[in-house]
Amino acid sequence: MPHAIEAEGLEREYKGGLKAVDGIDLAVEPGEVYGFLGPNGAGKTTTVRMLVTLLRPTGGVARVAGFDVAREPHEVRRRIGVALQEAALDQLMTGRELMELQATLHGIPAHEVRGRADDLIRRVGLSEAKDRRVQTYSGGMRRRLDLAMALIHRPEVLFLDEPTTGLDPVSRLTLWEEVRRLRDEGTTVFLTTQYLEEADQLADRVAIISSGKIVAEGTPAALKAQVGVPHLDVTFVERDGEPVDFDRAHEVLTNFGDHRPATEGCHVSIALSGGARDVAAVVRALDDAGLTVASLELVQPTLDDVFVEKTGRHLEGADEAAAATPAATADGSPESDAASRAVSAT
Amino acid sequence: MRGHSQGGLLTVSLALARRALRNSFRRPQFLAPLVIFPSMFLAVNVGGLEQATRLPGFDSGGDGMLDFQLAAAITQSILLGGVGAGIAVGLEIQLGFFDRLVAAPIPRTAIVIGRMGATAGLSALQVTWFIAVGLIFGAEIDGGIGGLLVIYLIGITAGIGFGAIGQALALAAKDPSIVQGIFPIVFVILFVSSAFFPRGLLDPPASWVAEYNPLSYIAEGMRNPIIDAVDMTKVLEGLAAAAGTSAVFIGLALLALRGRLREA
Repeated sequence: MPHAIEAEGLEREYKGGLKAVDGIDLAVEPGEVYGFLGPNGAGKTTTVRMLVTLLRPTGGVARVAGFDVAREPHEVRRRIGVALQEAALDQLMTGRELMELQATLHGIPAHEVRGRADDLIRRVGLSEAKDRRVQTYSGGMRRRLDLAMALIHRPEVLFLDEPTTGLDPVSRLTLWEEVRRLRDEGTTVFLTTQYLEEADQLADRVAIISSGKIVAEGTPAALKAQVGVPHLDVTFVERDGEPVDFDRAHEVLTNFGDHRPATEGCHVSIALSGGARDVAAVVRALDDAGLTVASLELVQPTLDDVFVEKTGRHLEGADEAAAATPAATADGSPESDAASRAVSAT
Repeated sequence: MRGHSQGGLLTVSLALARRALRNSFRRPQFLAPLVIFPSMFLAVNVGGLEQATRLPGFDSGGDGMLDFQLAAAITQSILLGGVGAGIAVGLEIQLGFFDRLVAAPIPRTAIVIGRMGATAGLSALQVTWFIAVGLIFGAEIDGGIGGLLVIYLIGITAGIGFGAIGQALALAAKDPSIVQGIFPIVFVILFVSSAFFPRGLLDPPASWVAEYNPLSYIAEGMRNPIIDAVDMTKVLEGLAAAAGTSAVFIGLALLALRGRLREA
C-alpha cells in the first residue's frame, strides 16, 4: 500500500536564499496520526502549505494520497482536508452557510449537502450555534468549525496546522478527542504543533523539525527512549528521630540504576534502568531497608529533552504548553509529558 | 466511503457569487457608500444645476436635470461597487479565505467569475435603486420598457467590468488598503467624462479625455433611453464601451489570479 504522504528532499527556498524547508523526507502511513513538532519558524507551516498545494516546492518531490503535489495538485486537493493555522473563516457567514459552501466546493451533490453539514456540525458540538455568524464564535468554536469543514468531503488525508494554538485547555481537549476519533475511523492526520503534549498524546509517530530540517523521527516513546531512562527522585525523612541512612539508601537504589544515585539534601535521584515498572520494587526495597520515604517523583524524558539533545535548545512554548495542558485526558489515557512529572506520595 | 468529487465551474461560481452578494448586505459600511454618495451627488446636482439644462448645447432631450443626471448616478454607484468588490477580494486574501478556495478542488476561474456574478447582481440592484428614485421624483424613461432593459444591460455589463478592475487590483496588490486608495481616482476619472456634463460643453483637456473615456459612452448609453427614444448608435456605443471595459479587465483579473497562484 502506498504511503498516504511521502516526500523526498522537499525544499522551499525563498528569494534571498532563505530555505524555510531544507530537504526533508517524509513517509506517513495510511491511518496514521503523524505529529510534526517544532518551534515557531521551524518550517512546519511551509511544509504543510507545500503538501496541500498552496505553495510550490522549489526542490524535491512530495506525493499526497498517491499524487504529486506539484504535477497533480487538483487530484491532491480532491483527497485532502485542510484546517490552516488561523482558521480562515468568513466572519460574515454562519457556521451552516460555511459548511454548505465547503460542500459545494467539493462537489457534494445538493441533496446530500444539508445532511452532511448537519451531521458534522453536531459531531463538533456546534448545533446550537450553527445559524450564528462566525464573528460571534469563540476561538475554540472556530477551530471546531474549521475541522468540520475540512471533513465535509470525507478526505483521505487531513492536514491540521497548529489546530490548538491559543486555545484554552478545555477546547484543546475537545479537539484532541476529535483527532483520536478520526484516527479510529482510519483517517490519516498530519498534525503540526508546537506543543509537546499534543504530539505526545495524539501522534503515532512524531517528526521534530528545526530550521527547516527534520532532526528526529519516531514514536514518542522511542524518541524519548533515545535520550535516556526515567529518573526517580526520592525524598527521605527521619524515622523516630533517627537521621536518614543515606549510605543504605544509596546501596538499595544502586540496585535499580546503572549509575550511582545523586544526593542533594534529603533527595536522592536515580536513573531507573528498568524504567517505570521498577518503581514498585524500589518502594518495597526501601521499606525493607527501614528507610522512610516522604515522596517519590518519576520524571520521564520528554520530547523537549529529545529536542534539546538534537538541537541544543528548548522548544519555544514548552513551559506554556505544559501549564495549559490538563493533567489527565478525557478518555483516561496516560498522562502527558508534563503531567508525567507527577508526584506520588508513599 | 472517501469522496473524490469536485465542484463544477457553474455550480461553484454560482455558490461564490451568492456568498459574495449576501456578504455585501452584511457589510453595510461597504454597501452604504454605493447608494449614499451617488444619491447625494444626484440631489446636489439636480437641486443646484437645473438652470444648466438651458445652456446651448446641453442636450437633455427636453427633460430636466434629474433625468440627465440619473445615468451619472448609476455610473458612479457601479464604479464604487467595483472598488467594493476589490476591497472584498483583498480582505479575503489578507484573512486567508482565498487560501481556502485555492486549496479546494475547484476551477480557478470560478474565483473570479463568482465575484463577477456578485457584482452583476449588485449592479442590477443599484440600477433598480436609482431608477426607482428617479421615477419617484418625477423622471421618466422615454425609451419605455426597451429603454429600461438597455439601462440594465449596460449597467450590469459595466458593473462586471468595474468589479473586474477591483479584482485585478486586489489580486495583484494582495492588500485591501491599496484598492481603497483608488477611491479618489474613481471620482477623477468619472469627472473627466460626460457623465455629469455634456461632452460639447467641456473645455480641453477635459473634453479630449472625455472623448476617449469609456465612462462617457457608458453614461451616455444609459442616459439616452431616459431622455429620449432609444438611439441604437448611442446604445451600441455604450454597450461596446461597457463590454470592452469588461473584457479587458476580466482578462487582467484572470492574469492577476494566475500570477498570484504562480507566485505560490
